Amino acid sequence: MSKHHVTATVNGDVVEFLCETHRSLLDVLRDELNLTGTKEGCGTGDCGACSVTIDGRLTCSCLVLGVEVEGKAIETIEGMAAGAVLHPLQRKFLEHAALQCGICTPGILIAARSLLERNPDPTEEEVRYWLAGNLCRCTGYHKIVDAVLDAAREMRRQ
Amino acid sequence: MSATLKPEEKKLKVVGTRPIRPDGVPKVTGLARYGADYSLPGMLWGKILRSPHPHARIRSIDTSKAQALPGVKAVMTSADLPEHKFEYVGPERVAVNFWHMTRNIMAREKVLYEGHAVAAVAAISRSIADEALRLIEVDYEVLPHVIDVEEAMRPDAPLLFEDMITRGIEPAPDKPSNVSKRIEFKIGDPEAAFAAADEIVETSFKTAPVHQGYLEPQACLARFDPDGQAEVWASSQGHFVIRALTARLLGMDIGNLRVYPAEIGGGFGGKNVPYVEPVALALSRKSGHPVKIVMTREEVFKACGPAPGSSMTVKIGVRKDGKIVVAEGVFKFQAGAVPGSPVMNACMCAFAPYDIPNVRSVGYDVVCNRPKTAAYRAPGTPVSAYAVESVVDMAAARIGMDPLQFRLKNIARPGTPTVWGPKHTHEGFTETIQALMKHPGYSAPLRKNQGRGVASGYWFNNGGESSAAVHVNEDGTVLVATGSADLSGTRASLAMMAAETLGIDYDKVRPIVADTASIGYGHLAAGSRTTFATGIAVVEACKKVIGNLRARAAMIWEVNAEDVIWEDGCARPAGGNKGRFEPLSLKAIAAKRSVTGGPIVAEVSVNAGGVAPGFATEFCDVEVDPETGQVKVLRFVAAQDVGRAIHPSYVEGQIQGGAAQGIGWALNEEYIYDTAGRLTNAGFLDYRVPVASDLPRIETVLVEVPNPNHPFGVKGVGEANIVPSLAAVSNAVSNAIGRRMTELPMSPPKVLHAIDSGRAG
Amino acid sequence: MSEMRYEAPRTLAAAIALLSGANGQASALAGGTDLLIRMRAGSVEPALLVDIKGIPEMTSIVAENGGYRFGAAVPCMELVEHEAFSTAWPGVIDGVKLIGSIQVKGRATVGGNLCNASPAADSVPPLIAAGAVVGIVGPNGRRESPVENVVTGPGKTSLAKGEIVTSFLLPRRPPHSGDAYFRFTPRTEMDIAVVGAGVNLTLDDGGVCRQARVCLGAVAERALLVPEAAAALIGTRVDAAALKRLAAAASAACRPIDDKRGTKEFRIKVAGVMARRAAEMALTRARRKN
Repeated sequence: MSKHHVTATVNGDVVEFLCETHRSLLDVLRDELNLTGTKEGCGTGDCGACSVTIDGRLTCSCLVLGVEVEGKAIETIEGMAAGAVLHPLQRKFLEHAALQCGICTPGILIAARSLLERNPDPTEEEVRYWLAGNLCRCTGYHKIVDAVLDAAREMRRQ
Repeated sequence: MSATLKPEEKKLKVVGTRPIRPDGVPKVTGLARYGADYSLPGMLWGKILRSPHPHARIRSIDTSKAQALPGVKAVMTSADLPEHKFEYVGPERVAVNFWHMTRNIMAREKVLYEGHAVAAVAAISRSIADEALRLIEVDYEVLPHVIDVEEAMRPDAPLLFEDMITRGIEPAPDKPSNVSKRIEFKIGDPEAAFAAADEIVETSFKTAPVHQGYLEPQACLARFDPDGQAEVWASSQGHFVIRALTARLLGMDIGNLRVYPAEIGGGFGGKNVPYVEPVALALSRKSGHPVKIVMTREEVFKACGPAPGSSMTVKIGVRKDGKIVVAEGVFKFQAGAVPGSPVMNACMCAFAPYDIPNVRSVGYDVVCNRPKTAAYRAPGTPVSAYAVESVVDMAAARIGMDPLQFRLKNIARPGTPTVWGPKHTHEGFTETIQALMKHPGYSAPLRKNQGRGVASGYWFNNGGESSAAVHVNEDGTVLVATGSADLSGTRASLAMMAAETLGIDYDKVRPIVADTASIGYGHLAAGSRTTFATGIAVVEACKKVIGNLRARAAMIWEVNAEDVIWEDGCARPAGGNKGRFEPLSLKAIAAKRSVTGGPIVAEVSVNAGGVAPGFATEFCDVEVDPETGQVKVLRFVAAQDVGRAIHPSYVEGQIQGGAAQGIGWALNEEYIYDTAGRLTNAGFLDYRVPVASDLPRIETVLVEVPNPNHPFGVKGVGEANIVPSLAAVSNAVSNAIGRRMTELPMSPPKVLHAIDSGRAG
Repeated sequence: MSEMRYEAPRTLAAAIALLSGANGQASALAGGTDLLIRMRAGSVEPALLVDIKGIPEMTSIVAENGGYRFGAAVPCMELVEHEAFSTAWPGVIDGVKLIGSIQVKGRATVGGNLCNASPAADSVPPLIAAGAVVGIVGPNGRRESPVENVVTGPGKTSLAKGEIVTSFLLPRRPPHSGDAYFRFTPRTEMDIAVVGAGVNLTLDDGGVCRQARVCLGAVAERALLVPEAAAALIGTRVDAAALKRLAAAASAACRPIDDKRGTKEFRIKVAGVMARRAAEMALTRARRKN
């Protein structure tokens, strides 16, 4: 079975990979590029655990083919911290105990960052609706929403 | 927000604070490794072929074409797993029958539900594995199926097991049926008490099966070496249990299997038992390569156990003054394809919150053509509590009492008998009710189309087998290793208890979850047992280390060990007459490790008793759209007796998560089958777990009535919170629309129908 | 497993040539949020995927004769974030906003939502109510069609082999116009419409409704334009009596099925409710605009 040769930028680094036509970007990230921080919860775009951004646009990597990202810039959870310094959202999630099992956390962090880039001062309702595509089964979302709002507050001060 | 009721002032430095969890950073940076994140050189991908039929006899399976496909390294069927004796092993409440279990892992004579595993392949790529599955030819003789519990109990129902005789009936029935078991608990004289009651309320209820909905599908990596030794990396709620069951299912020695705990992406009871591990290991044994299996979400829904659906009738008799004098419940639970629903829990916990002198609880465990049920957060109990707490609410209304006041009047206290024999011995129930009575929200006015509902719930909690090792490093840092899977912050709470006991800073303690070869046995992280039982093991190991440190201080000071005490993290002379020495810190003693006797290590294993139950009372405000039947939860307040909150944030999180799952269970979650017996909503689009915009903030009240049998007063906190939630929501909806809801989920068509039939009447 | 080709042409002509010349099933790939799921489930196995996102005219939003034309492959989030378009056609945006999560809308397209031909597609009723026209290109050239003529039944369209929908044209709006789309789902988000209703209306200077279009989703084999429901509004001030007649007409037009997402009885009843609520919102918007 022949494979496509794809060149893309992942977390700022140029990468090349081979993939079959039907392979999703999620599979490529996890199995070819060894970036397993992006999780598969459903494979059908219903849970948000595989959230990444492509050219700045939030999306589910399970709903993108690997071959489609030729020339594109992808950001995953592995690129969220600035080197050894956690992103304010990452820090606030820890401070607020906004994760329990943690499997949804990478996707939620990526989605929350995308929200705050567009809307630095969201209401609680805006946070809840923006994150509606990210299922969390452990927390009831209460502490997640608190952490996002608190991170937004801190980021606005900076 | 969150409120904490503290009955006593505590003099603790670490316990009760909210430090950052030690396993947190890898989880926010994507570096934590879950079940699907492990790989090995030469690894194959395993895939499982599943039945398209809900019930069929397997005439034959031809794997030759799949086997011949280039890149396929092994194909397996049930023929690759040993047969087991038909016997129920272990205590009745959690009994296991390996004859059934091996058939659930891989079908033998028959497939018993859509999605039942029939064969599996291992290949060098996922694409080849997928193609190989299509080449396996299974000849099925399709049989009539039965999905609903009441239908499965009918005498003419299709039988899943042609020779199954109901257990628990004397004399034993002579005809086989789908009823695997009948159980009954009784105290007092219910018949006489009903005859004497002033008011009797009786209603029947139905609930749909629901899934735990953990976000991480089952996944594992397995390696079987030619010498018979094997390793498995798996995400589970107990790697020792996965080891024991997987070894048994493969017919191998436990000593030859080492299981490594991956981080677990949610379990809620659903990951207490193996699904993919025996298959991956059998494929590895057959192929000679490591094999990884990752389930799809569809497989998770179709093949991993949901919580049972039910059909129930509850009847209670009350006196005019509000005293419940008698109660009776009949609980019929779907076991799924093989016996083993949690109906016994349901029977035991149903009336446990109350002091009722006459009680009968009858349960039926019924097989039907659905996936075998699995544990889900206080297994069985939210279901029976839904029925009981609905009827309790109706009874309170009947005699004109406030529903919290009514519950308070009837609440169980130490000394109240339980239906299963022993008397209640712990406080804490009353306090959760009182906490809500004092909550300002409870007396807040409601608007049109709004309703408020309350409910209480009891759960056993659990103790049992746990192990912990404490290693003091030469710089004074401490390693705490346990064999308990960490579902949601137990490493943090265990480290906190170790730091508190040793008298050192929290960040000097590093907790790990050790694999099965590196620590003594630890039972499942289930039953709200880990912080309690494993916590005891950790504290005991720390105390042993303290004894060791005292002895070393005594050696350095040249005094007797009994003349040295341990206080605030230091060895000190026991009194003025024992000598004048500067205190020696743990760090100072650790630095002299090699000259005072070598490594400072203690390992303790316990079989922890002294469990205190969990108890929760909740109220919920809803608004119902009278034109669509849609229910919006406006407010949810949960009070739970937690014994003592070691890390309050994670305790609140448990309560919030339990309430959220309860809300989903009550409103929209259900398994929907078509007439052909196939599940039509095996995905997160149509299996509707609540999303962030569906839920309100969930206010928690941590009631702390310490458990005297735990060094820090811990009671389990994971499960009691979901027990009342279904009923709280149902009572609120019923009050909002003025009609009693008797079926879950209360999806909009059902609510609208109830509203409209109310209008018509 | 047969080999699946992937092509990403840069021109419409090249895309059409690929789609019409393919042996076996060829699928246009825009957002892929439906196609990839069906491929994964094995319900479709195209021999050729033609990725149309690299074609400029399919991915642009432009003003045209006082209205707007947007490409069929514009991601939903781009439409939502396009302030001028959102202000002009808030009802269309109501529908577009409901197509899945933010993540899904980052990829999903209105062209895909239409051509997927689900009776429950959220953008379709408001587009039909808006009187939107699609541009279609195929081996025989270009043509235009009202949106309501594209879908013929579940999963079926009137497109010929090799034809694709390239753009949507929303006409210039008269003053005092407003549109809205309401749908019913059990959850607040992440659901497929059980019932949807799009209403587009225009008032005269005196506040009397002069034009109206009402379209229902998920109550028949495809989105239903309901002239009887529109007639209930035209010539009225969209008062309570008119809204009641609108709701009754909407419910009367439904011919739904029972399925896992809702019952017939429920859909019929709630269709009227959604139509009324959409009309109320459209009215508010029409009054707000000059």
